[in-house]
Amino acid sequence: MTSPSAADRWSSWQALDSGRLLLMSTAAMLVLAAFATATIEVRVSHVAMKVALSFGGFIALGELLRLALPGGREAAPIALVGGMSYAMLTRVNDVPMTGSPRLASAALLVIAVAAIGMMVGALPHIAAGRPAGLTGMCTRLVAIACVAFLFRTVGAGLVHDHSWKMMLAVITPLVLLGWLADTIVGALIRADDVGARFSVAISDEIRVQWALGAGVCASVIIVVLGAQVMGLAELAVFLGPLLVTQVAFRRYAGIRATYLQTVRSLARVTEVAGYVEAGHSRRVSRLAVAVGRELGMPERDLLQVEYAALMHDIGQLSLRDPIPGGATVLVSAADQERIAELGADVIRQAGVLEEVADLVRRQSWPATGHEPPPPLGSMIIRAANTFDDLVGASTDRERSAAALDRMRLDPSQYASRVVTALAEVAGRRLAWRL
Amino acid sequence: MVSRAAWLYIGLVVLATAALVNSAPVTVPVTAQFWRELIILQLLFLVCDSTPAPLVSRQTKWSPSSAATLAAVVLLGPVPAALVGAVSVLSIKRQLRLDGRLFNGAMGALSGLLAGMAYVALDGKVAPAGFGHNPWWIIGPFAAAAAVHVLTNQGLIWGVYRLNRGRRMLRSEGLESSLPLLLVSDLGYAALGLIVASLWMLMGAFAAVLVLIPLFVARWAMGQFAEQQRAYSATMKALCQAVETKDYYTRGHGDRVSLGSGMIARQIGMGTDRTDAIEFAGMLHDVGKLGVPTQVLQKTGPLTEDEFAAIQLHPMRGLEIVREIGFLNEALAGIMHHHERIDGRGYPMGFAGHEIPEFARIIAVADAFDSMTSTRSYREAKSIPDAVTELIRGADTQFDPLIVGAFIAALKREGWPVPGPAAKPEDLTTVTVKDHDDPTAPLRVIQP
Repeated sequence: MTSPSAADRWSSWQALDSGRLLLMSTAAMLVLAAFATATIEVRVSHVAMKVALSFGGFIALGELLRLALPGGREAAPIALVGGMSYAMLTRVNDVPMTGSPRLASAALLVIAVAAIGMMVGALPHIAAGRPAGLTGMCTRLVAIACVAFLFRTVGAGLVHDHSWKMMLAVITPLVLLGWLADTIVGALIRADDVGARFSVAISDEIRVQWALGAGVCASVIIVVLGAQVMGLAELAVFLGPLLVTQVAFRRYAGIRATYLQTVRSLARVTEVAGYVEAGHSRRVSRLAVAVGRELGMPERDLLQVEYAALMHDIGQLSLRDPIPGGATVLVSAADQERIAELGADVIRQAGVLEEVADLVRRQSWPATGHEPPPPLGSMIIRAANTFDDLVGASTDRERSAAALDRMRLDPSQYASRVVTALAEVAGRRLAWRL
Repeated sequence: MVSRAAWLYIGLVVLATAALVNSAPVTVPVTAQFWRELIILQLLFLVCDSTPAPLVSRQTKWSPSSAATLAAVVLLGPVPAALVGAVSVLSIKRQLRLDGRLFNGAMGALSGLLAGMAYVALDGKVAPAGFGHNPWWIIGPFAAAAAVHVLTNQGLIWGVYRLNRGRRMLRSEGLESSLPLLLVSDLGYAALGLIVASLWMLMGAFAAVLVLIPLFVARWAMGQFAEQQRAYSATMKALCQAVETKDYYTRGHGDRVSLGSGMIARQIGMGTDRTDAIEFAGMLHDVGKLGVPTQVLQKTGPLTEDEFAAIQLHPMRGLEIVREIGFLNEALAGIMHHHERIDGRGYPMGFAGHEIPEFARIIAVADAFDSMTSTRSYREAKSIPDAVTELIRGADTQFDPLIVGAFIAALKREGWPVPGPAAKPEDLTTVTVKDHDDPTAPLRVIQP
């Protein structure tokens, strides 16, 4: 998705909204409690120390190798696997791992180890000048803490006999719960960040993360059960497939980002060729995505809208002479339709962007009276395009209000709910720039 | 692969397997349980082998089935491992002919057998009841087995490619370019074999089911990558075509320059990443022409100084458009400098000799060649030999002679898709009269 430019971004202390603050203080309290207990109460054996060091190292490595996911998300699947499996470890190579006299402090020991591992893993990021990713770490820590407390207080009692079936029955729901906690907290923070509805943010998050989540859950089960047989050697061996899978995900996320970046850049050909005003396509796409989000569109559809908005003027390349100022709002409806058709033809040639081509083709249809009615994405692009044709890069309140009024007076062309959302987004944008 | 040499090759692999089976140590008593375990591992192998992940735009596909074979090495021994690998014959893939199946089966069996023998030779314990107090000892023999398995596999496949290369079935040498990544992936997932074996000791055959989940997740990610990559290049192509619609005669130019640049890059032994980058740069090298007013592009007769300057700006304009794409910097330099000349009389910077980036020297040759072999409004297309002569004449003044040589060699090997004779466009106003890329008809500028 579009990331706000430097001017739109708030300074870091302002960005600490309530959700994030709550998450961070929860994590901080957990860590404090964990360290306090671990230093006073826990007398760990030599073996348990080795186990703690191994899992701590595993988590640190996972934090070091974070993974960028589509939509500007960041995950650390290996760290999550390490933390959750350490939380549910009962025996390592047939040596029992009770660790401490009280069960709750066993859970706190897990949190302490995970916290240290994460901090160590984050250090290289900080040293290299990258963001520390504190929010992500806190999210993972809270998820790991959920699993650890539930397992140590309830689950561990059920798995005292050596049956692997019982073990599987206990850890499977817990690991799913842990992953869900990570996903839901992530969605909450994200909903705050991008201004999406929470229900939409959750379903988006699950749609993006399910494959990785399935891998994480299965990996935790494999590590916990495999360690009973192979001990810590299993951790080292399992790192192989985990790393290779992570590389596959990294390549996938990388190519998606390059794809979007390329379309963004190439959409500017219309500007360089003098068909439209500089920055037009990018402003329209940013506006269209914001409006779509305001109207509760899921991320998948927003990506289509973004592509379509970036390329909505590509049909103008087939015109011999540029329209004055490139403002399609000023030409006749028939010409607008022709440009839209030409653009859709170009996009359709790619053979992979049928839906995007469709959005571009129908962008010139009026909101009412057309059979079939245009899809929501097309109506949004049309409104955003008109708004930018009339307002441009200007931040003048009155100009923006006049453009919105013009659209409100023409409900047959511009759907009223789209215009309302556009007014909301435009108002917010002006407030940011003050 | 249908040639006699290929059949001979398959025969040799089968013979080698058969000869080695006799000398392989028998490790596990053949009981009902043995058969049960063998069949389950074979099923695991078959599931993995039948759902391979496509590797981007290469003809090879990849599957993590080695995990099943290597689990069999630890649990059952060398000969059963060969039996697991051999079920590749039955793999449920369409479009696989008998010879391909036979080869896959023989390859699976031989690599399983060799891996098992390496494991036993290094004192790896077959069918252990548990890993005892120090499970680390098993990692050494297992790692050797995994390495032998991966190397045998890739070595045998490499042999097939060598046999086929003479027959030009592969244009892009699919195997060699993605080899490092393939080897690492194979080794990574081979490690899963040991995980299957260790879980097997705890939970029996359910281990196979548990391991399938991460395998499918990995496969999903690889498949998604390939799909996105395809979508990406298709979109690039479509957008470049959109740029070319402005000019009737230069349609397909970007595509062919991309092809030619890629040919040269492979000929001089560039790595995959750089080859991919130069193919993109070749495709986009003229994008900046959009910034040149149409009247200038379509003007007949000599250009004024200003108009010539506008044309000379197009590489810079192109750079402006593509700068933000996450490209290699080299590709950007290639677009920026593709009109420099080796003698220093080119534009925009007037670089000479090796001041000109390598990418730009390559694109310049492919660019001029395609321009000469395409029809223009003021002349017919040149034949390939004529255009080659022209390139040789320009070597040392306009082009880098080494690059020209590499291009000619690649041309001999791979051929060139000559664009069909362009039909006269009905609308003559969309025709560029002078082609700025054409070295045989340089743009004329009015001398003051």
